[in-house]
Order: sequence, then C-alpha cells, then structure tokens
Amino acid sequence: MRDLHTEEMTINMGPQHPSTHGVLRLRLRTDGEVVTGIEPVLGYLHRCFEKHSENLEYPGVIPFVDRCDYLAAMNNDHGYAMAIEKLLGIEIPERVEYLRIIFAELQRIASHLVAFGTFGLDVGAFTPFLYAFREREMILDLFEMTCGARLLYNYIWVGGLSHDIQPGFVEKTYNFLDHFEPKIQEYNSLLTNNKIFIERTADVGVLPAEVAINYGVTGPQLRASGVDWDLRRDEPYSIYDRFDWDVILGSEKVGVLGDCWNRYYVKILEMQESAKIIRQALDDLPVDGDVQEAIPRKIRPPKGSFYFRSENPRGELGYYIISDGGTKPFRVKMRSPALCNLSVIDEIGSGWLVADIVAILGSLDIVLGEIDR
Amino acid sequence: MSDLVATALGMIVYALIIFGFLALFALVAVYLERKISGHIQDRLGPMRVGWHGMLQTIADTLKLLFKEDIIPANADRLLFKMAPYVLFVGTYLVFAVLPFGPGLIGADLNIGAFYIVAVSSLVVIGMIMAGYSSNNKWSLYGGMRSAAQIVSYEIPVGLSLLIGVMMTSSLNLTRIVDAQIVGLGGMDGIFGWNFIQNPFAFLAFWVYVVAGTAEANRTPFDLPESESELVAGAFTEYSGMRWAFFFLAEYANMWVVSVLGAIVFLGGWHSPIPGEDVIPGMLWFLFKVFTIVFLQIWARWTFPRLRVDQLMVTCWKYLTPIAFANVIGVGLWILLF
Repeated sequence: MRDLHTEEMTINMGPQHPSTHGVLRLRLRTDGEVVTGIEPVLGYLHRCFEKHSENLEYPGVIPFVDRCDYLAAMNNDHGYAMAIEKLLGIEIPERVEYLRIIFAELQRIASHLVAFGTFGLDVGAFTPFLYAFREREMILDLFEMTCGARLLYNYIWVGGLSHDIQPGFVEKTYNFLDHFEPKIQEYNSLLTNNKIFIERTADVGVLPAEVAINYGVTGPQLRASGVDWDLRRDEPYSIYDRFDWDVILGSEKVGVLGDCWNRYYVKILEMQESAKIIRQALDDLPVDGDVQEAIPRKIRPPKGSFYFRSENPRGELGYYIISDGGTKPFRVKMRSPALCNLSVIDEIGSGWLVADIVAILGSLDIVLGEIDR
Repeated sequence: MSDLVATALGMIVYALIIFGFLALFALVAVYLERKISGHIQDRLGPMRVGWHGMLQTIADTLKLLFKEDIIPANADRLLFKMAPYVLFVGTYLVFAVLPFGPGLIGADLNIGAFYIVAVSSLVVIGMIMAGYSSNNKWSLYGGMRSAAQIVSYEIPVGLSLLIGVMMTSSLNLTRIVDAQIVGLGGMDGIFGWNFIQNPFAFLAFWVYVVAGTAEANRTPFDLPESESELVAGAFTEYSGMRWAFFFLAEYANMWVVSVLGAIVFLGGWHSPIPGEDVIPGMLWFLFKVFTIVFLQIWARWTFPRLRVDQLMVTCWKYLTPIAFANVIGVGLWILLF
C-alpha cells in the first residue's frame, strides 16, 4: 500500500472557547490528536492599562489595577499600595495592616476556589464548580459588606483602606472559616481522590523545576514543581512574618512532581493555610485605629524607578514604577504572573493530546485580564 | 389488498405512537436531568416555568422550533441535513422490538436481542456524517472520537446481553423476561432476576451499565460532545430543530440502554417482592428503567470525563476481557448447576 500522506493540522482553540480561561487564543499544531506545538495569541483583552496609568494620579491607578487580575483584585491593590508606600516611606497603622492581610488572604481563598472549580469543569466534572462558588459567595458577601463591591473593590488605598469594617464582620468571618474548613474534605473526596480525575491529571504536563525557574513561573505552579519559594515568607512584606503557616510544596504522593495534579493540590492546601492566617489575624486584630489616618494628601514620589513584588494567588506580582517627580507616574509596568506562567505551555504541552492541553491550561490558572492588561 | 393497507396503516400508527412516546420521554428525562443535577449541585434547577419548572422543556422545545436554521457556509449540505435523521433512525429502529410492558411489544421477533445489537450500530454513521459535514475541525474531532467509542463499546454491551441470552437459551426478549420468574432456591420475585443468579451475571450487569453509559455518550464517556473541550463536538454547528433531533436521539439511546438492562438483568416487568402481583407489571418495569436512567444522570454530574485514549483502554483492556470471562463463567455455571 502506498504511504498514506498525513499532515499536521493547525487548529484554533479560542478566543471563544469554553475552556480557555478568558479570551485566549491558542494555535495548536496537531498530528491526529497529539499536539506538536502551541502558540498562544494574546491581546484580545488588552485595555491599555499601563498607558492609562500615565494620565492618572497615583491613587487613581488603583481601580485600574483591580481590573487586571479581576479574580484577585485585593491582592493587586495590596501590591500597588505597598509599592507606593515603600517609595514614600509611609508608616502604616497596625489595624490597617491586619485588615489588609485578612482581605488579601480571603481573596486568595476566593481565587483558588475559582481555579479549583474551573479546573474541575475543564476535565468534565460539573459539580465541584458549583460547590466552590457556593463558598466563594460567602467570601464575596464579606467583601460587599465592607466596601460595597463583589469583584472589583478599590479598597486598599495608598496609606490605608477606603472603608473600615462593619460591626459583625469579624463574627461573620469566623463563621465562614468554620463552615469552609470541613468543605475541603468534601472537595477532596469528590475530585482530588477520584480515580478518573487522577487519571486525567497525574503525570500530565510535567513541569520540571529548572524549566519552571527558567521561564519565570511563580506561585503555586512553581511550588508544585518542588521549588520552595514563597514571597510571603522569603521576602516578607506587610506583617506576614508574624503569622504561623506553612508553604505548600508539590509531592510525589500521586503522580510526579510538577504535574497537573500537584498544581491543583497545592492550591487546595494553600486555601487551608490562608484560612489559618485569617484566623490568627482575626484573633490579634487591634480594636481601634482609624483606617484612613495615614493616607497622604498628595502623593509626589521622588524621581527614580522602583520595583516591588508581592505574592498574588497566581504568583509573583511585580510593579515597576518610574516617577518623574510629579503627581502622575511616568510609567507603571505590571509584571504579570499569569503571563509568565502561560509562557511555559508550549514546553510542557507538546506531545500531549488535545484533551490534556485543556487540563494543562486549567492547571496553570491564568487570568486574561492580567496577561493582556 | 385491504389487509395489506390495514397492516401498513397499523405499522405507521405504531411508529408514530413510538415517536410520540420518545418525545414525551425526552421531555420528562430532560426535566429530571435538570432537577437532579440542580439538587446535586446545591441549587434548585428550573423553577419558574410551570410548577417547579415542569413546563420548562416544553418552553425549550417551542424555542428550538422557532430558531433560525444555520448551515455553515462550506458545509456539505446534503450530509449536514441527513446526519440527524440517520442517527435518529439507528436508535428508532430498535423500538420495533422493544417491549413496554407485558404483551406491549411492536414485533416479538425471535431474534430480538440480536436485531437490537445489529441495528444500533447505525448511529455511528450519523455521528461521522455530522462531524465531517460541518466543515469544522472541532466537529471532526468529535465525530471521529464518537465513532471509535461507539464501535468499541458495542462489544462489552453485546457480550453482556449474551449472558441473558445464554441463561434463557433464547434471543426473544419476551422469553428472556419470562424466564426470570423463578430463580434462586425456587423462589420468585427478585430472586428470579438474572443479575443475581450467579456471580458472573452480577458482574455482567455492571459491565453492561458502564458500557451502556458509554454507548449513550454520557459522562464519564461523553468525549464526543465534551462541552469543555469541543463546545459540542460533532454537533457544534447544529442549531434549532436539527440539534433537537440529536438531543432526542441521545435520550432515546438512554432509554434503550436502560430498558435492555431492565429486561435482560432486572426481570423486566416482574415484581421484586416474591408472590406479589397487586402492582401492575408495567409500573415495576418503569421503576426499574428509571432507576437505571437515574444512575446514568447521577454519574454524569459526579464524575470527570475520561480522555479518549483512556476511554479506549477501559473498553479494550478492562471491559472486554471481563465480559469474555463472564461469558465463559456463565456458560460453565449453567453447565454445572
């Protein structure tokens, strides 16, 4: 029989696709069902955030920064506010610091819940998504109670917060934590230890530690490959060094280090650790103090450039700010963790089946708002 | 001559009744699916249209009837239009020999089980036509996967049904049901049912349930239409009534799988309580069929889906050898006991 002439097929995944988390377009080169090359095409959600920020005064950039990684808005605000505060040398009151930690960690749990739910959806399990969002609703209620918004808050300002917490907030948060911690066991029995889920994610899309470091992968994705690096512990900012919590690394319990299952499981355990931090912060929360007392009247940083990084739920979020001495920044560049995490997809995705690409993409936990800015 | 006309008319009427029943079952099954999935997911499901959403499926059907019929620009028009019908025919033909209760059967063929397994393979052609003619690479993937899946899983299904045939020495579905009146220890009721007559039959029942779920393209085997990867797989480009036909065929398939399971393994229309004959057989029959339907709906909303190669491995490396072992085991059992 003459040789069958087979060709690689170039197929487009996205930008509208149920599984690319946002408007991401992936050009896949496939040989049958096996993927031989992946090329992400970005820019579908580009909103010129960095250009806009050149025309706004420093506090005015905060709502824009919210909208970049819309699933972790509090952490975005936190990073930016801390960058400007370091620049100006502002001393933050204790109560503000504790409240910021509480909100940042609550947001971390909310973001990981979305990652967990949508990852289940990607591999075909419809129910964990709704369970995750049920818990996330409780967190969003806490946010709405405090600042009026559910997703994009403009809450953590340079030098303080926009609103103080309402009476009853502390009790509600304790109730949430008591409700949430047993739920993680439910998620484990439904998804984590499910044989089909393990078949789909263990040993799939293995990201070796050196490759991860070379590509600049950070966050839970890096820790799942075994690299022990968490900015909250290794370059402590705010008051993270006062709390007692563990950095979660990947393990070889099921599958290998750096596979999709590990990237998923690290997030589950990180939610538990965040709950621990929130409890400790609530226990030690100073009862009085004005949240707006340290907010400067006018923000006019000295000339120069400055880089500050913090630990976003997705990884290392960096702000590189160039100031020309005026009230508006000359340049605000955001180092997006999701962009660097996404860059590794060709490396770890080639050689797998189309269905695995969906799983790998889900495990990298990207948000297009942050990638395109 | 008028005899012939009468018979022909009778056949047409029966076919229309079956079609009406299928539409009714699809209505009920979709509503059940949405309510059950809702409650599993800690929400309510349809609540507004009718009392607790009972009229929701009717509203959806009306909507689908009025939808614009879109055919992709470079699609193969003839194949595109014929695909839903070919698929539906493959499932519909089975209903000629499917009983609905004691004595309620279209054609009591002596080769009933054999006919069913043979004819239900036609759906593969429909799937491939749908995937190919859509002029869409994702649909092509879905069609190919589906063809591989359906063809492969017919083997464990056929072998498991063979168990029932062996235990009855007949391919006739009515006789298979009637042979399950008396069983273990001379008792009737649930002890007569095929699936507990011997351990191999029990295993074969579960092999049948798993393989039947795969035949009906339901999660965890719903790769051909895996929503998160291929939008709707082979059916992506179909809209309105054409898509509704595929949907109807999927639920008809679910019904066929459940009915065969109830007939061959669960004693058809015989009551599980020994000696009881107050409750009509038809009700027991529906109860058993809907139990298997419920199992399929439950599984869909609980498990993630298998990847295409894992699906194939499950069929060829696990289910098929187990099914073969079952056939041999049941044969030996019948010989020795």
